[in-house]
Amino acid sequence: MTSTTSPATSEDSTTDPATPDPAPPSRPAKTKRSKAGSAFAMFRNGKSLTGLIILGFFTLVAIFGDVLAPYEPRAQDPEAYGAQAPSMAHLLGTTNMGEDILSQLIYGTRGVLVVGFLSGIIAMIVAVLVGVTAGYVAGWKSESLSAITNVFLVLPALPLMIIVASNYESPSLFLIAAVLALTGWAWGARVLRAQTMSLRNRDFVQAARANGEKLYRIITVEMLPNLTAIIASSFVGTVTAAVLGLTTLAFIGIIPITNLNWGTILFWAQQNGAFPDAWWWYIPAGLCIALLGMALSLINFGIDEYVNPRLRSAGERARAMRKKGYKASSGVTTVANRPDLHGSTPGAPGSSVIAELHEDPLETEAEDEETISTGWPRRSS
Amino acid sequence: MRFFLRRTAFYLFTAWAAITINFFLPRMLKGDPVNAYLAKNQGRVSPEAADSLRILFGLNTDKSLWQQYVEYWGLLLHGDLGLSFSKGLAPVTEVIAAGLPWTIGLVGIATILSFFLGTSLGAVIGWRRGSRADAIVPVATFLSTVPYFWMALIAIAVFSVSLGWFPASHAYSKGVVPNWSWDFVGDVIHHGTLPALTIVVASLGGWILGMRNMMMTVLDEDYVTVAQAKGLSPRRVLTHYASRNAVLPQLSSFALSLGFIVGGTLVMELVFSYPGVGKQLLDATNAKDYPLMQGLFLVITLAVLVANILADVAHAALDPRTRMTEA
Repeated sequence: MTSTTSPATSEDSTTDPATPDPAPPSRPAKTKRSKAGSAFAMFRNGKSLTGLIILGFFTLVAIFGDVLAPYEPRAQDPEAYGAQAPSMAHLLGTTNMGEDILSQLIYGTRGVLVVGFLSGIIAMIVAVLVGVTAGYVAGWKSESLSAITNVFLVLPALPLMIIVASNYESPSLFLIAAVLALTGWAWGARVLRAQTMSLRNRDFVQAARANGEKLYRIITVEMLPNLTAIIASSFVGTVTAAVLGLTTLAFIGIIPITNLNWGTILFWAQQNGAFPDAWWWYIPAGLCIALLGMALSLINFGIDEYVNPRLRSAGERARAMRKKGYKASSGVTTVANRPDLHGSTPGAPGSSVIAELHEDPLETEAEDEETISTGWPRRSS
Repeated sequence: MRFFLRRTAFYLFTAWAAITINFFLPRMLKGDPVNAYLAKNQGRVSPEAADSLRILFGLNTDKSLWQQYVEYWGLLLHGDLGLSFSKGLAPVTEVIAAGLPWTIGLVGIATILSFFLGTSLGAVIGWRRGSRADAIVPVATFLSTVPYFWMALIAIAVFSVSLGWFPASHAYSKGVVPNWSWDFVGDVIHHGTLPALTIVVASLGGWILGMRNMMMTVLDEDYVTVAQAKGLSPRRVLTHYASRNAVLPQLSSFALSLGFIVGGTLVMELVFSYPGVGKQLLDATNAKDYPLMQGLFLVITLAVLVANILADVAHAALDPRTRMTEA
């Protein structure tokens, strides 16, 4: 619409942060910069950092497993037959065959991580594509995408995997990851669809649409930032589910025992009567699964708190308020906290509002039902 | 009304798709084991039963795919899922009918219990944000990532083997004939307590975390502030304003995690030797009993679908916006 010289000038103007409404051509540069910043900021909190450290630890173990493991995972130590308790020679004890359990754990990490992340990535891409599209478009398109999602949702992952895997002599890791992703993507797609549907009717999206914004812009600029938490949690959820699915299949004995992972260790422990006495055989493998899952959840929490500042600050603010004598759970949290947040003078305006609000419960009680029915229509149909 | 009609049509479609997938699944995989079994047991399997097995597993390759599909539907509508190889050629439907009540009873009760308990706990923890209740969060995180079967094995090791409080396996004592006496019901409850507790403990964490995080978000919404500003009792704000909104994502995740939960509990049944469909499926897998596997997969899928419908109805009852946008 405008001449070719105008983008150049508007690009210059964007460096000025005070520009209230930057021209459209400048937007890509700005989002790129903020994306680069957020990629680091997302992990700049205790929970994410803890999760990343644990995950990094497991990743290093997976990469350098050959160096770290004191023994070959299947090497049998003739002096350590009969599931011996931990000792200096075998830090986590041995199996009944005299195999070193620590070495098996270290080697098993690789199989778990590769399958988990592979299926997580596949599932996330499919979930975002299907979920957001299904949530934004209306009518039969949305319904048919949702129908596909639901079909994959109701197919129980584990029985399907059991049936598919039992038809293969030795299913490859990629096949296992693909089936885990195939049964796992619908999880995220449905939540994404629900959230997108809810976002679609919010004021800021309505406003963007009324302004004549393009579809891809509404989805990427207005909606995706509000979906990041769900995308992240669906990714982490799928990886966690894949790890659990893989170990479960290995435990049942569906996955060939040559594919060493933490589930295989539990399979052998169960088969050879390690329960309940040989605790060193079955406790560490289960703890590793739980620890990996916990690390993923912690990363998820960190991302959640980054995306949703309410999660991050709620605890701190509530603690701060309790120090001042307010009760976080019963007080008017946001109103009471406003003066502190904005750094304005504590006291006069804020506290008087609180006092007023707390003093007149009876007067407003009468309007109670009416407000509910207008603000929250219960039976509109 | 229109909303419910639309949903019904939608779920009928989903059921049709699930059944169709079940039709294609054995055709994509190898059907040879069934053929081999039929050849080996020629005298024992009646011609009609052999016919339905051929239809179920796509062995009648001389017919067109469409013809096979029509015949497959005909069998399903007659409730014929073939004969179970490993259970003395009993009809698959009878075998599944024997296992299904156990699974629905144990898994159903435990899952619903866990959902309500976890959601209420999560709501309270979210409400009392910043208090000592936050200490439950890391514990819940840990519990939600522990594998079911591992927790079950440890529960057996501790409570059955070491302490001897609960029986380690089976749904009722050996030698007892199932009946409706109080003794038998008590016996079943005694046997079911440990599996049920394990399911509850293993799945509780996820509900607590989900609800807590939604509460944290909802509590800062303006309508909660207004509700508090009006001087409504905290209990009323918690239940009618905050929880009612926060529980919606919980409900959808309840529906969609059902397939996952069922998967986890199937293994639980293996660990506890509980006579439900999960143990049947794993036994059938080991015995290469393909008709039973196939039938179980269909029944489990349809059961999850029914549970999804229920969750959908609950969601629509709680969230008018869903009804408005759908209708």
